[in-house]
Amino acid sequence: MEYGFTTAAYVVAAILFILSLGGLSGQESAKRAVWYGIAGMALAVAATLVGPGHSLWVLSVVLILAGGAAGWVVAQRVQMTEMPQLVAAMHSLVGLAAVLIGYNTHIELIRIGGMDEAARAALTGFAAVVAHKTGAEVAILRVETFLGVFIGAVTFTGSVIAFGKLAGKVDGKAKKLPGGHLLNATAAVVSLVLLVVYLQSGSTLALLGMTLAALFIGYHLIMGIGGADMPVVVSMLNSYSGWAAAAIGFSLSNDLLIVVGALVGSSGAILSYIMCKAMNRSFVSVILGGFGNTTGPAMEVTGEQIAIDAEGVAAALNDADSVIIVPGYGMAVAQAQQSVSELTRKLRAKGKTVRFAIHPVAGRLPGHMNVLLAEAKVPYDIVLEMDEINEDFPSTDVAIVIGSNDIVNPAAQEDPNSPIAGMPVLEVWKAKQVFVSKRGQGTGYSGIENPLFYKENTRMFYGDAKKSLDGLLPMID
Amino acid sequence: MTPDSAAQLQKLGHVCVIESGAGQKAGFPDDAYRAAGVEVLADAAAVYAVADVLVKVRGPEKAEAEQLRNGQSLISFFWPAQNAELLDICKERGATVVAMDMVPRISRAQKMDALSSMANIAGYRAVIEAGNNFGRFFTGQVTAAGKIPPAKVLVVGAGVAGLAAIGTSVSLGAITYAFDVRPEVAEQIESMGAEFVFLEFEQAQDGAATGGYAAPSSPEFREKQLAKFRELAPEVDIVITTALIPGRPAPKLWTEDMVRMMKRGSVIVDLAAERGGNCDLTVPDQKIVTDNGVTIVGYTDFPSRMATQASTLYSTNIRHMLTDLTPKKDGVINHNMEDDVIRGATVTKDGAITWPPPPPKIQAIAAAKPKEKAKELTPEEKRAQEMAAFKAQTRSQVGLLVVGGALMLLVGYVAPASFISHFIVFVLSCFVGFQVIWNVSHSLHTPLMAVTNAISSIIIVGALLQIGSGSWLVIVLAALSVLMAGVNIFGGFMVTRRMLAMFQKS
Repeated sequence: MEYGFTTAAYVVAAILFILSLGGLSGQESAKRAVWYGIAGMALAVAATLVGPGHSLWVLSVVLILAGGAAGWVVAQRVQMTEMPQLVAAMHSLVGLAAVLIGYNTHIELIRIGGMDEAARAALTGFAAVVAHKTGAEVAILRVETFLGVFIGAVTFTGSVIAFGKLAGKVDGKAKKLPGGHLLNATAAVVSLVLLVVYLQSGSTLALLGMTLAALFIGYHLIMGIGGADMPVVVSMLNSYSGWAAAAIGFSLSNDLLIVVGALVGSSGAILSYIMCKAMNRSFVSVILGGFGNTTGPAMEVTGEQIAIDAEGVAAALNDADSVIIVPGYGMAVAQAQQSVSELTRKLRAKGKTVRFAIHPVAGRLPGHMNVLLAEAKVPYDIVLEMDEINEDFPSTDVAIVIGSNDIVNPAAQEDPNSPIAGMPVLEVWKAKQVFVSKRGQGTGYSGIENPLFYKENTRMFYGDAKKSLDGLLPMID
Repeated sequence: MTPDSAAQLQKLGHVCVIESGAGQKAGFPDDAYRAAGVEVLADAAAVYAVADVLVKVRGPEKAEAEQLRNGQSLISFFWPAQNAELLDICKERGATVVAMDMVPRISRAQKMDALSSMANIAGYRAVIEAGNNFGRFFTGQVTAAGKIPPAKVLVVGAGVAGLAAIGTSVSLGAITYAFDVRPEVAEQIESMGAEFVFLEFEQAQDGAATGGYAAPSSPEFREKQLAKFRELAPEVDIVITTALIPGRPAPKLWTEDMVRMMKRGSVIVDLAAERGGNCDLTVPDQKIVTDNGVTIVGYTDFPSRMATQASTLYSTNIRHMLTDLTPKKDGVINHNMEDDVIRGATVTKDGAITWPPPPPKIQAIAAAKPKEKAKELTPEEKRAQEMAAFKAQTRSQVGLLVVGGALMLLVGYVAPASFISHFIVFVLSCFVGFQVIWNVSHSLHTPLMAVTNAISSIIIVGALLQIGSGSWLVIVLAALSVLMAGVNIFGGFMVTRRMLAMFQKS
């Protein structure tokens, strides 16, 4: 009876979670969808607490509330530009929890292994489930635990490093220890060997050794990936945290964990796929770091970068009928979204068409720009995806590029030898006039020259994005 | 030099002197120059004596060239190809001559391209001259006194002058046609609001090879072109010809018979008159009226007819040239022969003739890329293609299903039943996950990550199950997990809600 109730509650929770993810297909339905998720989570936790084999529920509730309070405070205070860090930090918590739970399973296994039949029969809860397993099932349980700990450990250190890089606490550049990916491969092979050892003996040492190897892989893998590939990294870690939950679900024979783990895992996997597609790179090449080798000399860039001052930009904007703004990571760094929003409001008040073009990999997190613009109160129906707006550039008077570089690089289309050849880019250069707000003359993440800056219809609006835009605002009338 | 540009030149560290009365006709009296801090000298000879850099509009006369000193620089139009003798004199005198007409056509040098400045004026003025000699309105009107048809203007040659003429004519309201041998300028012509006269002919010229200028065309092409013009001649009211080929006499494009076919009162303005004219009947420097009442304007001094405008533009070109010649802004001329623009424009230096210059290091215009024509697909081909795509998709899907199914069977064969029941749940949820996530809007990817984060804290359920265990170590570890998952659940959902609340419709 009690089992039946818990399982039924889990089914309902799983359906609520699916609805919650499905609801994210539109901005309005998403607002409802979050509540589905919250309800599902509440139901799942409640059902577990009152379910069979659970004791110490006072402690559990206290701990949940304590953790919840901390989470609440963080969520209230976080700046929208810090979202990537927050997401990475949260992944690390899930990863660490997976590791700990995996270890618990291992400890229980050993404890039960030492018991006699009578003691086993007296066990309740999770221990009882473990105790009733046959030989083959124990072997599978070991594999599941091992996998759960492995993925959890990789997620943990990986997320910690990703957090450090995104928060600027660790140098964002790609760094590798001497030996490079050979080290990762070695660690992976060691883990595999330890898996076999663990299967045979169930020794704690093997599990510990693997954990260390996995922690190293997580650290070293993410250290080797540079700043602009972070969207892929974060969504990959998102996926891993899901798979870790699923693996733990297997080891605990808990279907809800499996369902949710699989949902989250596939969600992260799809996000990574979308990000890679948007950079025209394979997942492997992103993970291995660095851009592919070029097949020939890059096309020479001719002409000069012509600077312009705020008056010039203001005059062009006052004359323009249609404007497209292309924000990038630079906008987030300069915290310029409020100024951008103010500019948009002013221009729209004058009856001009203002739209935003968002490249899938703009920023450091999938959908990062959308959230920043939403925070600054830019209406979401004028914020468009690359595919929706790319054809409109030729009929646009002014395109403003704020802090993005590679995603507007015409070399991707014009120069077959370019390292980013074939990457889908926003065709801003087709607009009648392009203004590029940029700190200096440097190149983007890929380190390649951007011919856009040398085009005849491009003017460079140098300086910190926020300061330049604030200087521009009073001149729009 | 205008008083304005004099002020700019002084900022470069130069001292400016001017011949008395030099700006008079362009509307700049000597007093205006004095006010700008320029020393006004009595005559040209005095200027020749004191100046290190001489700036003129037209090239030097023989007598003037002989006044040049060793080391003195001259900046003016020079036409070195036509003036070999002058070039020799300047070389003998040891002067450095910078020919404004030799400034290479690269984007960096546009600001000193005096030819373009002058051509722009000529194009504008050509339309104004035509209107002056044309007895009707340009724009069509419907008035109480009857309907007036708009004038039809044909512009031949869409270079700088041609485009300026097109722009002026269109803005006056005339129906404007334009022709050029370079098909790639069609877009520019249409962007100015004129209609491109399209000529069916293969093997069109690629203007990029000749630095953006037109090159002579083949006889067959010429025949086609003239036939087209004959077709147009009776229709058009005003013809403005601007066709020039560098270093050659102007091509004859508007023949006598075409002039005869035109309506009485029509006007032809021949901007190529100085180089022989595009029209057979053009008389340089004169306006003539033919027997059938067609006015042919052959003036060669269009820029001089708009002296103020021409002076302003030319002085700006000169100022830019001098800015490049004094990179340090200290009033010292640094004649950097490594610089493409300066090298290209310099025709004599240090007693040697440096003309013609080597080709510039950078191409003026990117070579036109061969246009890939997307093949028009017939409906059958399209259908076949769709069928093929569908088949390929089916094949890959079936292939994946077969492989996946086989793997499942294999797992089912070895694994115990209790595992398989969970495994089925896992596979189905992955499937549901993929289907659901594909529909998530791109703009909501960050909330998606936050919410999946919160949801993945479902791992708390595992910790809660274990917390009741007998071992204290397990309890501690499980308690830690519960705490961390608690942070995630509340933090994740809260931040998602915060983000979603921000998305607002306009």
